[in-house]
Amino acid sequence: MGSDKTIGERLWAFAIWALVIFFVLNVVALVAAVVVNSFGTRWFNAWLPAGFTTRWYASAWQEFQLNDVLIVTFEVVGAVVLLSGLLGVPAAYALARRNFPGKQLVLLLFLLPMMIPPITFGIPLATVLYQLHLGGALSGVILANLVPTVPFVVLVMIPFIEQIDPRIEAAARVFGAGTGALFLRILIPLLAPGILAALLLVLVRTIAMFELTFFTAGPGSQTLVVALYYAVYAAGVRAGQSIDAMAVVYMTTTLVWLLVALRFVDPTQIVTRAKREAAH
Amino acid sequence: MTDHVAGAAPASERLPLRVRLALYEIDAVTLLVVPAVLFVVALFVYPFVYGFVLSFQPKAGAWFANYARFFSDPFLYDTIGATFRLAIPATLISVVISVPVAMRVRRMRHRRVLTTVLVIPITLGTVLIAEGLLTYLGPQGWFNRTLVLFGFEKVRLIHNYTGVMLSLILSGFPFTFLLTLSYITGIDPSLEQAASTLGATARARFWHILMPLLAQGLAINLCLSFVQTFSVFPSAVLLGAPAGATRVISIAAYQAAYEQYDSSMASAIAMIMGFCQLLVVLLILTARKFVYRGAAGSGKG
Amino acid sequence: MTIAARDFRELRLEGISRRFGNVNALRDVNLAVRRGEFIALLGPSGCGKSTALNCLAGLLTLTSGGIWLDSARIDRLKPEERGFGMVFQNYALFPHMSVRRNVGFGLTMRGVAKAEIERKVGEALSIVRLGEQGDKLPGQLSGGQQQRVAIARAIVIEPPLVLMDEPLSNLDAKLRLEMRAEIRRIHELIGSATIYVTHDQEEALSLADRIVVMRDGVVRQVGTPLELYAQPAYSDVAEFMGYRNLIRSSLSAAGSISIGGGAIQGTPIRPLSGGADVVVAVRPDDLRAASDGPLAITVESAQYHGRDFYCSGRTADATELYFVSAHQVQKGETVRLAADPTRVLIYPGTPS
Repeated sequence: MGSDKTIGERLWAFAIWALVIFFVLNVVALVAAVVVNSFGTRWFNAWLPAGFTTRWYASAWQEFQLNDVLIVTFEVVGAVVLLSGLLGVPAAYALARRNFPGKQLVLLLFLLPMMIPPITFGIPLATVLYQLHLGGALSGVILANLVPTVPFVVLVMIPFIEQIDPRIEAAARVFGAGTGALFLRILIPLLAPGILAALLLVLVRTIAMFELTFFTAGPGSQTLVVALYYAVYAAGVRAGQSIDAMAVVYMTTTLVWLLVALRFVDPTQIVTRAKREAAH
Repeated sequence: MTDHVAGAAPASERLPLRVRLALYEIDAVTLLVVPAVLFVVALFVYPFVYGFVLSFQPKAGAWFANYARFFSDPFLYDTIGATFRLAIPATLISVVISVPVAMRVRRMRHRRVLTTVLVIPITLGTVLIAEGLLTYLGPQGWFNRTLVLFGFEKVRLIHNYTGVMLSLILSGFPFTFLLTLSYITGIDPSLEQAASTLGATARARFWHILMPLLAQGLAINLCLSFVQTFSVFPSAVLLGAPAGATRVISIAAYQAAYEQYDSSMASAIAMIMGFCQLLVVLLILTARKFVYRGAAGSGKG
Repeated sequence: MTIAARDFRELRLEGISRRFGNVNALRDVNLAVRRGEFIALLGPSGCGKSTALNCLAGLLTLTSGGIWLDSARIDRLKPEERGFGMVFQNYALFPHMSVRRNVGFGLTMRGVAKAEIERKVGEALSIVRLGEQGDKLPGQLSGGQQQRVAIARAIVIEPPLVLMDEPLSNLDAKLRLEMRAEIRRIHELIGSATIYVTHDQEEALSLADRIVVMRDGVVRQVGTPLELYAQPAYSDVAEFMGYRNLIRSSLSAAGSISIGGGAIQGTPIRPLSGGADVVVAVRPDDLRAASDGPLAITVESAQYHGRDFYCSGRTADATELYFVSAHQVQKGETVRLAADPTRVLIYPGTPS
């Protein structure tokens, strides 16, 4: 507040900052370790690899069929983003603009998939999908990943929509806009930043979503993160460097989209938007 | 508005259905919520109920056979203990440390740089963190090399409890920190200013003003964080000792489903898992009510 | 009454300044306050009045200058060490504590015995007339009641100085008038010195013993309400004190000012020579309709205020004037105005 700090306060502040820096350092180091290893020829008993090469990337591409895996990943992510937007945005609009009986129940219904972790509902979900013969197929993976993302889009969009003054919509109608024109000319342009933010967040989360895909995917429908898991799991068989090369491909994919998303959203929203709603 | 219609209709006539529904705010717009609701019911509620029912239809034995088997086989019920032994310290550490850090960071000017860096572990996900730690914390990795450089002994950090614990904290702390930060910045700064003009030192302000106002947020933080750490899976397998110290309950569920092809048992284990999480959440929320009232309530009945 | 402000002789602000980056929010402010005085810091937003108050409270550090309470230098102390009471614009009541605990907070921090706290809190609540609300939470009270709790909380610690930061600006007009009287009453009852920040000149005029008019971080004038009302020292102070007509003109050799073809007499604030550029300040209510008045204007608008008409019009040379008329006037009508020379103030003008 006002004046100089005491020695005790300075020490405490120093300790906290040291802790934060230590944490960040470790995160950076673990990422760096993976990157360095992926470019190393041999790395044993030294600070750095003996030499550097890019051949592990080529070999990883072959071994793990990264081409196919990447295609699957983008198909899944693309479908999830699109469908969760189509289902979630209108639902959010209804919840933001109407106060119908049972609204609280519906909100709770959308909160649950976000609060309950994927494993707990993932196994029963996988069982049902396999029963419907969708297990192991791309459509099964897409459906499974939609379960946490549709509520996410709904809960993220509601505050955005509430921010738009309903009188603007009323004014549009008074001046002759039908529902189609209302959406196209008024709502979508005003909501565009919010929708973009929400969908980018969905994208980033789905790329990293492990458990749901793991339980529902078959050999031809694995996303990158699941393929990485299997590679690490069977690590004895493959060269560590090529696994790390694959890991670097995965990291680049997520981080690129993270950076894109961060141009439009605050980092905290990736986490707190959903949890904030849980708090209410 | 339809008010004038409602007012004008004589008591003996019934209003058309559309109008009556509109009085409850049910119209075409409201129906926009239906597809999403149907989806969640079909793919979340139904599987849950289905799993619950399935857990009482074991491959062999009475309706409770799955649960009986779980609680009589140490290989199975020990997983609960193993998971708690990981989840509780990880949650407590992540949440407790987030408070002083958030207190420091809230007045930082370039906060966004720090929050961006901290979002990276969340974005990368548990699988990549596990893979990264396998290299970084390995016996030849940089961490142990640095220890040796400073004259310490090498420490075994992978394929054991410690590795999983570290990975839980690495992926959990950013969540808890960002959440705590959002709660702290939501507290009106003039409250602390008022307290300081009334003679409260920094410590007094923390315990009398900030902590009571944070209590609810921290309780939610604890609940969400616990639920997340309790479901630890890939790091327990890749980075831990999945046959030993870090054999967590999600591994048992996975094995039942995909190695023994016993979906009834797997559902039972998933239900037990959910139940444990629910229990702890209720515990935290009741405890918070108790503590909170104590902090705010002297003078009240 | 056992709640009485701690005694002191003088609070001195000497040359205090506060800079934010490149902006000088406060520049070399000097002020002396005696026990029992009610001082208003008055000025438009951005003038530095809230900054000055926050520096006094210790919530901001000074970039230069010092603050003395009698012979003790206090500007290096933290807010919790200064012992001043403060009332915030948004009340800043602790939402998780009852009214009683809010009011008693300062005493709790000082380690006062429980019985004593209860007694003092009860007294403070009865002074602000909130005796029965003690166990309610702030969220259950109205704006005016919350403000009273904030005041009780500030006075119960018997501070030598009470700081108030626009405490009434969040209340509706009627409540504001009531609370104004309450604030003055409480001030006199406990005998503390009060420093009150406001942008409302009416509030300052009715409450203060002395008013400090500020603009752009400096003190423009310090004086009693009467002095500031009748004799603002500068044209910008005059503007702030309600002299809505500010006309650029020049002083004739004979000491009169020509406006729109007519000439009126005025009172120079400082000696001026003939031919000088001047700014003339007149209140609208001092420009009255008179059939033989020297100024002729064409009416442009007239608003009925219940008793008089507040009008505006233009002279032949397009100077806009605001005046008051007891009778209704029509748009486009020509009206003649006159003013009492003692109410027309003449300031040195800057060449335009």
